[in-house]
Amino acid sequence: METVGALIIAKYNYWAVVVLIVIGLYAMIAKKNLVKKIIGMNIFQTAIILFYVSIGAKRGATLPIIEHAHGHGGHAVQAADYINPLPHVLMLTAIVVSVATLGVALALAMRIYFHYGTLEEDEIQKKIIGNEPAPGDGTG
Amino acid sequence: MKRLGLVAVIIFGALLFSVSFELPDLGDAQSPASTHVSPYYIEHTLEDTSVPNIVTAILADYRGYDTLFETAVIFSAGLACFFLLRITGRKAPKARFYRHLPTGLTLRIEKGGRLPEESREFERIDSVWVPSDVIINMTCRLVVPFIQLFALYVIAHGHHSPGGGFQGGVIFGAALILFAISNNLRSSTRRLSERSSALLGSGGVLIYLGTGLLCILLGAGFLNYSGLSVLPGLDPVSARSHGILIVEIGVGIAVTAVMVWIYYNLASAGTQEEGL
Repeated sequence: METVGALIIAKYNYWAVVVLIVIGLYAMIAKKNLVKKIIGMNIFQTAIILFYVSIGAKRGATLPIIEHAHGHGGHAVQAADYINPLPHVLMLTAIVVSVATLGVALALAMRIYFHYGTLEEDEIQKKIIGNEPAPGDGTG
Repeated sequence: MKRLGLVAVIIFGALLFSVSFELPDLGDAQSPASTHVSPYYIEHTLEDTSVPNIVTAILADYRGYDTLFETAVIFSAGLACFFLLRITGRKAPKARFYRHLPTGLTLRIEKGGRLPEESREFERIDSVWVPSDVIINMTCRLVVPFIQLFALYVIAHGHHSPGGGFQGGVIFGAALILFAISNNLRSSTRRLSERSSALLGSGGVLIYLGTGLLCILLGAGFLNYSGLSVLPGLDPVSARSHGILIVEIGVGIAVTAVMVWIYYNLASAGTQEEGL
């Protein structure tokens, strides 16, 4: 029983990431609505961010800001005292970029809605195949 | 299609789940991710750059190229929204209606006509305009300056506490967007126009790029801030610290402007009229 508990404590971060990745991927594949696909993509991105940040953790270490940096000089900085800062740097930029790409995705969805009058994938496909005259770039 | 997708996704999840037993434990200090480059960063940041916040030092100095191009990506996302919605999207209605308040006359102004937008005597009339709620309006008016002040603190204090250009820029952009939501889009574009948000966005990227080029001009490599030490009163280590601050300010300006720019275009579907 103890080993199972230790296993859960050691790996639960990966399992949470797997659950989020599966939810996001399923939404991207199976949902017909484009906005729901975009939401799925965002859940997927969040899972990747969680994965990176949880990799950076170290037991018994603190956040990567050196304590008493100025004034108390002279003591050596031990790598084991601070968590791994690299995943945090990578994800810091990734979060902001994911917001910006979310904006682009919503803008694309908006254009599709103006052109086809719907956000449902199968209806858009029907309109493309059926060669119906598109209702034009709605001006109002 | 739905069932096929579900099966594929479950198989994929099971594969990832089985791999997770091979990955290092949570909090393992000896994991591969924590044993190669990151100890160097932790142990040498202070003597290289004199910046206590290791994340800031890596972001703007050790991985300066990465951050430069991430900023460029954010700016090009703003541009993409602009081209998708503003250039080729819906056009603003041709005529605008104004009420002349003292006389009660209604004016119809065709495109190209003089628009008395700023005047207090004229009130714009259109179908999508919604009067803003007094309580929401006043609360946001109280809160927005403090959010902006906090954003500036986050940018300026990024060397010593969690923070930096990206975080502060997003907070500042969120404050401006809160103002736009609580009042209306028109009064926020009057304070920060679309043109100036686009210019500020490119200006922020140019500050970053210009700092890198200045380092070349002063005889060091691209984005090697120790080149700035030829300026009076700086040694190579504090020059790196100051270079990081300049770059973070550039990133903060770019992120703020692009967030607001994307919001303007998305909220109004590209017309810059009232939306949402």
